[in-house]
Amino acid sequence: MSAEQSSSLPVTEHKDAARPVAAGLVLFGVLAVAAFLGALAIGPFSIAPGRIIAVMWEAWSGVETHTSAMLRERVVVMDVRFPRAVLGVLVGAGTAVAGAIMQGVFRNPLADPGLIGVAPGAGLAAVAWMVIGSSFLVHLPDFFQVMGLPLAAFFGGLVTTLLISRLATRDGRTSVATLLFAGLALGAMAAAGTGVLVFIATEQQTRELLFWTMGSLAGATWIKVAMAAPFVAALLVLSPFLARGLDAMALGEAEAYHVGIPVERLKRIAIVAVAAGVGAAVAAAGVVGFIGLMVPHLARLALGPSHRALLPASAMLGAAVLLAADIFARMVAPPAEVPLGIVTALVGAPFFLWLLLRRRAFVG
Amino acid sequence: MKKSLLLALSLVCSSGLYAMTWTATAAETPADSGAKATPAKSFTVTDARDRVVTITDASRIASIGGAVTEILYAMGLGDRIIAVDQTSTFPMDAKSKPQVGYTRTLSPEGVLSVGPSLILATDGSGPRTTIDVLEQASIPVVMIPEGHDAEGVLRKIELIAAAVGEPEKGKALADAVRADFETLSRALEPVKDRPRAVFVMSASGGAAVVGGSGTSADAMFQLAKATNAMADIKGYKPAQDEAAMISEPEAVVVMRDGGQKLDADTIFALPTFLGTPAARDRKLLTYPGSYLLGFGPRTPFAVRDLAVALHPGLEIPELPARPWHTEPVQ
Repeated sequence: MSAEQSSSLPVTEHKDAARPVAAGLVLFGVLAVAAFLGALAIGPFSIAPGRIIAVMWEAWSGVETHTSAMLRERVVVMDVRFPRAVLGVLVGAGTAVAGAIMQGVFRNPLADPGLIGVAPGAGLAAVAWMVIGSSFLVHLPDFFQVMGLPLAAFFGGLVTTLLISRLATRDGRTSVATLLFAGLALGAMAAAGTGVLVFIATEQQTRELLFWTMGSLAGATWIKVAMAAPFVAALLVLSPFLARGLDAMALGEAEAYHVGIPVERLKRIAIVAVAAGVGAAVAAAGVVGFIGLMVPHLARLALGPSHRALLPASAMLGAAVLLAADIFARMVAPPAEVPLGIVTALVGAPFFLWLLLRRRAFVG
Repeated sequence: MKKSLLLALSLVCSSGLYAMTWTATAAETPADSGAKATPAKSFTVTDARDRVVTITDASRIASIGGAVTEILYAMGLGDRIIAVDQTSTFPMDAKSKPQVGYTRTLSPEGVLSVGPSLILATDGSGPRTTIDVLEQASIPVVMIPEGHDAEGVLRKIELIAAAVGEPEKGKALADAVRADFETLSRALEPVKDRPRAVFVMSASGGAAVVGGSGTSADAMFQLAKATNAMADIKGYKPAQDEAAMISEPEAVVVMRDGGQKLDADTIFALPTFLGTPAARDRKLLTYPGSYLLGFGPRTPFAVRDLAVALHPGLEIPELPARPWHTEPVQ
């Protein structure tokens, strides 16, 4: 796969670069698997690693739980850690790939899925649900009491992004610069709306919102996994088809058009896919910052700028970094839990700063 | 925009499907745990959400909520508590227990890891997904109602006592607290002129965040026969400086442990209180947060302290010494 990848690249690549790229991909894959197994094995509720496999096997084959200790182990493994780890993979991989795609579309290494309004839009919808929705919550079916917030956040993010992309599109051409400014403007409007709602919110709602904006995998359930999975999967499956186009876009939109890339369609598909994938991730886990920015950069440092390798590498590394951060969030102050976004930002913000300084050194 | 429509459609369809599967699994769980419960020692209570909860073992309690923890200690059951939440700060002993975090963002595995056999949680604790997981692990969760008056405190005590299987201890505690509340309401009977007071939650950056109507601070003022000068505001909000001045508060009430030092110099230097009677008399009342706003067994004492300070001429009898009012002597 890697051999044909380098030969079909529009950007000239060293022939012998294929092997390190393949090795890098394998390494990231191993990291992701290790983080996944770690997420299953490590937690404040101590279960021997051997027991975890046994518990999963028992649950799989339908063995009855006889004692409450057995039941608790099964709940911890099957209803807490397993869905949480899978959700971590989805959120990490989805956010990181979305970040890589956005950086490609904007041709800017500092681009982030937040730029096209997913996070502010989702945030506004989430706080609206918390503050206004809660008053009629009791009349809603049980399902919406649990899933209303993620659903609201998902649609909030999606609607904002589609609106922004609509604003930036004229005569079928999407201007990346307008996209950026429309994103900033609508993001500011959404933030203002959030501010108004925070003002009328109660003390508890404000706190809840604050925790939501810091992101967490704590509420992971199979329902959330199943709701996020189709959108993140769509993004991941779609990403290899965007790779060649994004590589060509690196040279400039006009140049990409001339080598036969349907630039406008590529941008539209990328934006919708990113909005749906990140929207689903944000809906399921709140705003987990810096993964979308940091992970593609790490992957690029290791494997170079070709999107063929960058996108799958970002997916695997994103999953690994997010799961590792989540293990840390669970283990640092047990039995309480630190919001995941704090952990990722704590690592991500210094990295971002370093990146800026390094860029300055290059550009002058 | 066809794509977005398609996305929306598929999501609605899938959410409907999951709603059905979800209710199906939720319905199975109680029947399952009911079959396993040993009928010999188990008992049931109806909690704040009208759910009937069966309890078989109340020896290892996770206590979520400052008032819940205080009530358990007041009944002499502090040693049964194996974990508390962030708001459980009294008595000191509670702080030495494992702490599971903020009541509304409980982590399911964190709570499970302390191995509770019963969870007593202030109503509103969550999130729902965590509560669902705990119930799936067949750990009974009893939601304790919030209540910002005498009746509310007594309801909490009775429900907690029933949930831990100690109704007599609960009755003794409830009787004592009821008697204290009655003593106070008799003593405050003659009050005609209600003094105007304001509760300041925080004052960072020169803006005072005050307790408006519907807050626990407002409820305390009512119990102490004072008028909340900020009753026009709903909830805890930043006060508008001029409105605060016009409201002419005679006293300012603050928390001692709010995370920020609020002394008389800080408070009365705020433009909010310039020229008010409170600033003139430098009348600042400071109490520990959990004592003033906790609505637990110590509340009658807090009401008395507040009333004594706000009604200087009035004769208010001492309340009888209660073991839960002071830190237990080791």
